[in-house]
Amino acid sequence: MLPLNDVIHLAITGVAQGCAYGLIALGFVLIYKATEVVNFAHGEFMMLGAFAVLAFSEALGWGFWPAFVLGCLSIATVGYLVDAQIMRRIIGESQASVFILTVAFGFIFRALAGMIFGWNTRSLDTPFDGKIAIGSLVEINMDRVAIIIATVVLVAAVYLFFGRTRFGIAMQAASQNQLAAYYMGIPVKRLVSLTWAIGAFIAAAAGALLAPVTQIDTTIGFLGIKALAGAIVGGFGSIPGALLGCLLIGVIEPFADYYLPGIKGVSAYVVLLIVLFVRPEGLIVQTYQKKV
Amino acid sequence: MQFLFKTSYNDDIRFLARTGEKVRVALVIALLLAAPLMLQDYYLTELGLLLVYAIAGVGLMILTGHTGQVSFGHAGFLGIGAYAHSILMSHGVPFSLSIVLTITLAGLVGMAIGRSASRMHGFYLAIATLAFGILIETVFGEWTGLTGGYMGLAVPALKVFGIPLVQAWQQYYLDVVLALLVVWGASNLFRSPTGRSFVAVRDSELSARCLGVNVEWVKIQAFGVSAAITGLAGALLAHHLTYLAPDVFGVLESLKLMLMIVVGGMGSILGAVLGAIFISILPVALSFLKDVLPPSIGQQAGLEPLLFGVIIVIVIVFEPLGIYGRWMKLRFFFETFPYYRKSSFVRQKSYLKTERMR
Repeated sequence: MLPLNDVIHLAITGVAQGCAYGLIALGFVLIYKATEVVNFAHGEFMMLGAFAVLAFSEALGWGFWPAFVLGCLSIATVGYLVDAQIMRRIIGESQASVFILTVAFGFIFRALAGMIFGWNTRSLDTPFDGKIAIGSLVEINMDRVAIIIATVVLVAAVYLFFGRTRFGIAMQAASQNQLAAYYMGIPVKRLVSLTWAIGAFIAAAAGALLAPVTQIDTTIGFLGIKALAGAIVGGFGSIPGALLGCLLIGVIEPFADYYLPGIKGVSAYVVLLIVLFVRPEGLIVQTYQKKV
Repeated sequence: MQFLFKTSYNDDIRFLARTGEKVRVALVIALLLAAPLMLQDYYLTELGLLLVYAIAGVGLMILTGHTGQVSFGHAGFLGIGAYAHSILMSHGVPFSLSIVLTITLAGLVGMAIGRSASRMHGFYLAIATLAFGILIETVFGEWTGLTGGYMGLAVPALKVFGIPLVQAWQQYYLDVVLALLVVWGASNLFRSPTGRSFVAVRDSELSARCLGVNVEWVKIQAFGVSAAITGLAGALLAHHLTYLAPDVFGVLESLKLMLMIVVGGMGSILGAVLGAIFISILPVALSFLKDVLPPSIGQQAGLEPLLFGVIIVIVIVFEPLGIYGRWMKLRFFFETFPYYRKSSFVRQKSYLKTERMR
């Protein structure tokens, strides 16, 4: 058995990791709810976000926060353009084509990032260094605490945005029934693109916050697949469910890696497959049988 | 336009109805058979590999193109075929028996996956198959006693009915025969009730169920057939690779198979073959491109995946039916000359097809 403080340490690391997955999953779920497109390139938005923040902080030299905002906004623009220019054209195509299209975006983004920012691992200077001691048992790195705090803040912001603002309520309407939303005079196309922008923004923020933990290179986008697994475990149609699933995956992972070294790195997928075999629609069912 | 005058009931049953089709098929078979006379060994091996990928493509096409079930883990079946065949052969099982056992094993694994997959749909299925693909690669890597792990596994020499096939042309003919069999069988499948029910499930599960199709069983069958064919391709691929390593059958390989059928054209057997041709020509074209482009662009490390991605995007956005769709339009142009109009194939505007109600 592990000593208690190691258990707590692993658990907190897991929670931080789960929060990072959760931030990426938040974007997945938003885009899915708006357009029923699962964006397999979402992890790449995160990777691009980390690189963009790095590039801005190096080019401008104004420190972390201005670069953070500029980087996230530029990736949000990329997200907006991806939807407005390309995803919009293929509405109504078979799901397989759409999946493959987003996977192809992943390839393009990875290759472009490598060409522009280089293929080496880079590190980003963030204001989060040092450690925080909790009681006398454990001390955690500040960067992990930053991820947890950022997740809480961003989730609260998204919650308020969708619940309280005109834009957010219009987006909800568009996601529930696009045609009816059109009839009500809601600019559905623009809102869908904006949803993509928000999803990309959150992913980019996650990338920048994860940068001190994972470092930055072109392959960190693969975290997106684990975030997707977490979102499915929890239930893809609801944001709280997806976040919970991501936290679960995040906490299970370090323990599984410790106790079952044979499945190191793939424990998330084992959990996913077990959940899907037991409950093929995810833990929270979102589809309904059509009645004739 | 060509009109088909049917003079007997056999005309309805005939596999190839039009004269043009017969001529084209005969020409392709003749060219395939005559290839060893015209090509050097290197190109012959490449052509054999192309045929193996065509078999795998047909396997995935039956599942994704015809039954509408996305699989991002098909390289897993390719790997099961390759490993099972090599392990059986190295234990002294003769080739013909080993191939049959391999196909059965891959088919059974496929049906087991299909059993669980028949209750999932849309992206749940995509992710589940992706996870299957990732896990099976890990299994190949970790099950050291059976697969040799990451050290790799040597594939026994090719020997059919006691005759060792050592020359490139001998192995090539094996590939040709099996590829023709698979293509013939698959296109016949879709003239049978079983195959028709696959297509019915793709087009609408609801209407298929209303017409008395057992949707769950159809999905299990489709997974089984598809996995069996892909397993056969894996067994043949093993002889081309001669040395198996787990990472050959990773997610990238699955994506390559997917790219093949998307570019070739969803929902047609010919599309799978065209996709295999495309995949085989692509690296050659890329290396040519690298020589032509100025070195500052041509020598970039990410050029290959970039073009890979850009081609998929262009194909899906502008020609959703892929090379096959382009070919159909070209044929239509000549058949109806001079009546082809820009609007002949305008895509209908459509709304979001929701998956939340099904």
